[in-house]
This record gives sequence, structure tokens and C-alpha cells, in this order.
Amino acid sequence: MNVDLISILGNFYVLTLIKLGLVAGVLLTALAYLQWIERKVIAHIQLRVGPTRVGPHGLLQPLADTIKLLTKEDLMPSHVNKFFYVLAPMVAVFFALSAIAVIPFGPKINVFGIETYMQLSDLNIGILFLLALSGMGVYGIALAGWSSNNKYSLIGGLRSSAQMISYELPMALAIASPLLLAGSLSLREIAESQAGFMLGFIPRWSIFQMPAPQLMAFVLFMIAGFAETNRIPFDLPEAENELVAGFHTEYSSMKFASFFMAEYANMVTICCLATLLFLGGWYPIVPSPVADYIPTLVHLAGGGMLIFHGLQPARKWDKYTMPVFGVAFLAVGLLFLVPFLQPILLPLFWFISKVGILLFLFIWVRATLPRFRYDQLMHFAWAFMFPVSVVHLFVTAFLVALLK
Amino acid sequence: MLDTIFFYVFALLTIGGAIATITRRSAMHSALSLIVSLLGVAGLYLLQKAEFLFAVQIVLYIGGIMVLFLFVIMLVNLDQAAKERQFNRQWLLGLVASVLVGAQMVWMLNSAGVLSLPAAVPAPAATGPGNIEALADLLFREYLLPFEVASLLLLVAIVGSVMMAKKTS
Repeated sequence: MNVDLISILGNFYVLTLIKLGLVAGVLLTALAYLQWIERKVIAHIQLRVGPTRVGPHGLLQPLADTIKLLTKEDLMPSHVNKFFYVLAPMVAVFFALSAIAVIPFGPKINVFGIETYMQLSDLNIGILFLLALSGMGVYGIALAGWSSNNKYSLIGGLRSSAQMISYELPMALAIASPLLLAGSLSLREIAESQAGFMLGFIPRWSIFQMPAPQLMAFVLFMIAGFAETNRIPFDLPEAENELVAGFHTEYSSMKFASFFMAEYANMVTICCLATLLFLGGWYPIVPSPVADYIPTLVHLAGGGMLIFHGLQPARKWDKYTMPVFGVAFLAVGLLFLVPFLQPILLPLFWFISKVGILLFLFIWVRATLPRFRYDQLMHFAWAFMFPVSVVHLFVTAFLVALLK
Repeated sequence: MLDTIFFYVFALLTIGGAIATITRRSAMHSALSLIVSLLGVAGLYLLQKAEFLFAVQIVLYIGGIMVLFLFVIMLVNLDQAAKERQFNRQWLLGLVASVLVGAQMVWMLNSAGVLSLPAAVPAPAATGPGNIEALADLLFREYLLPFEVASLLLLVAIVGSVMMAKKTS
């Protein structure tokens, strides 16, 4: 009976379905909570408290928002092009979410004797596939702007298509240089080429890897990533002081939420891609015996801090909620010490913490920087980013050909 | 079996998109039908195990060129363009030309012995290095000169268009 179950679970289709369910569930929850984190972080940067009413510390706010958006009236303006108006948010959210299918989260793992990769599908053109998806994603925004039949929306859609085409060039060139180091287009092989350490303590991540450290490409990629996801300081397509709300002015209810979901999913994809290409994927920052205890220490420190704050409550409910979260953190921290779970949890911890730090950077920048003017944005792309990334690619290619 | 089904789906997308591209009056619909057609072609590349061509087809044609098409279409006044009489209504000439070309193609195929279709031969299993490596080897070793000539041609076109767009001062 037991053997039968394992052979069923080991079946390719069944296994893929299980992984698909896991990844989709985690991704969608993460997208909802990313919005909560963003509101909280921005609020604290601006000396506010952010959402606090729904659940402890506003933790149920994403749920409330989802219910609100789902049940709101789905208004269809009379002057829109109906087919494309309905199609646009679907296109945006479809291409944004499908990117997760090729992203590896960790190495090959062994669960109850079933060996599998922590990835939905390992394409040998993974990185080109992601570029193709991001290219298709432009249509969601461009069509939304056009089909709304509204001048503000149209300008928003036009701005976004021009911006995304312009920034796709430096982005592709910045991606090309770490590919020269890795010698592959498969995301898994790119990440695996960054395993190990130089001189025993410097991780062989692309940004440090000899002969051509990719720090510059990383910076270029992140800047282009901000533009590709239409985030501040490049959120000209939805500049609310000029364009009402840009391309999604006419959208309401779940269609409106779809664009938000697409934006956050794109953010997650860009951060995953940056982690895999430049920051060594799921490989730790220090050599193994030390690295295995860092997750536990981080969680214990977090848990300790929460319990400490719970003992000196600033608000009425903190007395109860903070210690509960603290204990949960301690428990998760101890999970990292279980030898059976270690090969699964440790790579996940490193991957997710790197992605999380990059996502925090996205939010931090949003709370800090003002918006570009449109001509500045285009000038920046073509007169600065593009030449710099071309030169960087040449230098990398030269160094790799000479020294490797 | 699955490959055959996918082949017919992609072929249908390609041909259906192409027909819609030339029959729809609205420029926006035509452009979007063209995208569907290009997607079908990309799918056919994938069925031929040409993954690199598949990705490049989508990145370049759909993600680049067609966005620029849309960009232009969004800026022109569509309603007026749709009402105006089109100057390409040459039914008779078009019919004669297409029948002639069609007959020529059938004759060519027939003389080459392709029309009597041979039994299907499965594609040989992929050997050696991957698709991209093989492509790069051919492109940068055997066909380096044509490749460079094509690049030069494109460069000339870019410089020329910049010169034309530049305002004379």
C-alpha cells in the first residue's frame, strides 16, 4: 500500500499537480501579503502605523481587501471597447503569474524517496522565456489604456509601452553578462554555477565572481526592473498627479485588482530573477557549517525581539499578539535544526531571504524617491542605461574570453 | 498524438490569425490578429524543437515590433481611417494574381514530387549539444560573413532612419 502511494505520487503528472498547487498557493498568498507589507513598511517610513484595524496589526487586511474587491460592483463604462476592455486585465495577470513556472527555488530534494527539483519546469531557455513573458505583459497595460477610450488612460498605455520597450534593452543586456559567466540559459544551471566559495569565504555569486564581477550589471538590472514593473520612480503610466490613475482609470472591482496582482507578481519575478542571476540563488553567503545555523539564529532573534516588545506593550492587544508571534518564530527557528527538514528548508530560507531583501528595496525606494519626468525617463534609458550596459557587456565578454 | 493535436491548434492559430489580419477593417483588430498568427508560428517552432527561435520570435516580433505597431495605431484616428475608402480594392487584379501564384506553387510542388505525400518519418532524436549552441556554431563560424553583412545592413537602416527623423536645422 505504502509503495503504491509513493509510485502514484512519483508519477510525473501527479507530482507536477502537487507542486503546482503548492507554488500557486504560496505565490498568491505572498502577493496578497506583499501589499500588506508594503503598506506597513511605507507607513513606518512615513511615521504612521499603517493598517491596524482588521486582525492583529492589520494582518487580515489582505483578506478584507480581497473580499471588498471581489464583491464591489464591476462597472463597465459605456464608451469602452468591450472585448479588449475585458481581455486586458486577463492578459496582464496571466503573463505575470505564469513566469513563476520556470523559476527554481532550491536544489534537487528527496521527499519520502521521491526525488524532485524545487521548480515547476526547468526550461533550457528559461531566461529567454521570462523575457518573452515580460514582452507579452506589455499588451495588458497597452490594451487597457487603449480600450478604455479615455485620454488619460490612452496616455498611460502609450507611456507604458514606450517605457517597457526602452528598458527591455538595457535589461536584456544586463542579463546577458552573467549568462556569459554561467554559460547556460537554464535558470537552474545559472544558479548552480554560482555554488561554492572563492578563497574559502567569498561566495561565488555573479556579483563577486571572478574574472568579471557583475555588480554593475546587477545595478543596471534592478533599475531596469523598476521600470519594467512600472514602480516608482518609473511609474509614469499611472502618475496620479497628471493622469488621474493612468491606464487603469476606468477599471473597477476585480479587474482593477488584477492589474495590481500583475504588478506585484512582476515585482516578485524580477526579484527572483535578480537573486538567481546575481545573488547566487539558494546558496548561502557563508560556508556550510556556519550557514546552517544562521536561519535558526535569525528566527530566534526575531522571536526574542517580538516577545520583548510584547512584554512592554505599546497598544492594548500587543500584550497577547506579540508573544504569540514570537513563540511561532521560535518554533520555526527550531524547525531549521531538524536534520530531516534541513535540505529542504535551508535553500528555501536563503532564496526567500534574498528575494525578500530585494522586495524590501522596491518598497523602500517607493517610500523615498520622487517620480521622474517623462523626458528624463526616456533620456535616462537611451542616453545612460543603454550605452553603459553595452560597454559592460563588452568588458565582461572580453574578460571571460581572456581569463576563463 | 499530442504533437499532432498541438500542430493543428498552432496551424489554426497561424492561418486564422493571418486571415483575420487582412480581413478586419479595424487596424487594432488586424494588429492583434497578427499577434495571434505570430504566436501560432512560435508554437510551430516549439514543436520543431527550435526553442531559441520560439523565444526570439516572441521577444522580437510580439514584444518589440508589434508593440511599436500598436503604438502607432493608438495615435492615429481609427474611426476616420475605417470609414475612408481603401485604395487597395483591386479585386480582379488580386484574384488573377493569387490564382496565378497558387497555380505556379502547385505546379512547382508537383514537379518536385511533394504533392504525393510520403509516409511520415519521425524526426531524428536530438543529439550533440543543445539547440542554442548548434545555432551559434553555424551562425558565427559557417555563416559569419552573411551574418555580419545583415548586421551592417540593419545598422545602415537605423542610421538612415535617424537622419530622416532628425529635424533639419
